[in-house]
Amino acid sequence: MPEEIAILGGGTGGTVLANNLAERLAPEIDAGDVEVTLINDDPDHVYKPVWLYIPFGQREPADGRRPLRDLVDDRIDLAVDRVTEIDTEEKELALRDATVPLGYDHLVVATGSTLADDEIPGLAEGGHDYYSQSGALDMRDELLSMTEGHLVLSVVGTPHMCPAAPLEFVFMADDWFRQRGLRDDIEITYTYPINRVHGNPHIAEWAAPIMADRDINVETFFNAESVDPDAKTITSMEGTELDYDLLAAIPPHRGVDVVEAADLGDRGWVDVDKHTLEAERAEDVYALGDAATTGVPKAGSVAHYQAGVVAQRLESEVRGRPATATYDGKTLCFIETGTDAASFVEFDYENPPSPAPPSEKLHWSKLAYNESYWLTARGLL
Amino acid sequence: MSTIDIEPTDTVDARGAACPGPLMDLIGRVRSASSGDVILLLSDNDQSLTDVSEWVDETGNELLAVDESGDDYGFYVEVA
Repeated sequence: MPEEIAILGGGTGGTVLANNLAERLAPEIDAGDVEVTLINDDPDHVYKPVWLYIPFGQREPADGRRPLRDLVDDRIDLAVDRVTEIDTEEKELALRDATVPLGYDHLVVATGSTLADDEIPGLAEGGHDYYSQSGALDMRDELLSMTEGHLVLSVVGTPHMCPAAPLEFVFMADDWFRQRGLRDDIEITYTYPINRVHGNPHIAEWAAPIMADRDINVETFFNAESVDPDAKTITSMEGTELDYDLLAAIPPHRGVDVVEAADLGDRGWVDVDKHTLEAERAEDVYALGDAATTGVPKAGSVAHYQAGVVAQRLESEVRGRPATATYDGKTLCFIETGTDAASFVEFDYENPPSPAPPSEKLHWSKLAYNESYWLTARGLL
Repeated sequence: MSTIDIEPTDTVDARGAACPGPLMDLIGRVRSASSGDVILLLSDNDQSLTDVSEWVDETGNELLAVDESGDDYGFYVEVA
């Protein structure tokens, strides 16, 4: 029997990992000694950062979607299926469309984030988001029809995907409405759950003066408790109520139910050692990307770097050597500060971020990377 | 050695979480707590010393005590 490596989830982390393993373990896979199976419930790979640009008419959903089969090395068994149960005792995965479970020797959970609008009463009815394809398309329609009033962006839940994206959205909206001559008639307010505009104090310190300079109102210590879609108000636990005409909300996030049911962690996230990425509640299980609770942002760059670490560790384990590769918290983000300028941050567990001065060059660097992302997914960049 | 003699209703272990994880974990638990519950938040992040006390002041909850005797911080928060 070949040694089975099962990767659960074909987002950035799972796809980069699969291609990385295809290269590292090519001799073993070709000899039939190792099998790598990538399981995803969508035949397409979705690059979510594209969604930020859809509301402003700068990208279409198809720009962030490609068939997984075109991206994944032929050495990888691709199963378009849904895992319905993870049994870490028997080391088996139950699959919706398969009659027998898939046994594994090594499991990597890369199941990402899901949105949980239903945790805040009224949010699903009253709010819009750009953290889903359908949400981004609806948001585009809402923005196009908005000529006056109050745009409220509320970060309702953390942790959430791409911690910079709420800042980017208000910066881009400010710029977009200015270019269209509407900004004087549109008030923009940004709310955040803690006492500054971003979870990371260094990024908050950088962003706050830019928001003040751009007349973007800020409400901190705002933990949304409920939304009234009829009255168009959002109310916080702290007792603040805001009227809105358009509510752009970052909904609470969760992992996936099947991970929660397997008791690998809380809310569908997997508790891991933040350096080795090994699951803390089960043997021979790794988690990476959004699914892993490492404390670093839920961002594509994190999933990318973590995939490299897990690939090295699995290569060592398959070859009977001690695994020594570790993740150092490396995170890299471009941050749009408008429609033609961006900043850039890079940090890890030991070194805090220091945002670069916004420039047009960094904006084009971000857009260029988004195009070349498909090389990353293929394991080439 | 802690001398704090408070029996928490619930404990939130946010050790290892990067900022603002500990405060957000506390807020998440307060959302589902009842008035009078005491939540013990464990954090090893220095930023929690200011984040937690400022949020508690803002919301009218009460910070009963902070245990700084060990390697981690323990925040005892009574829900209003």
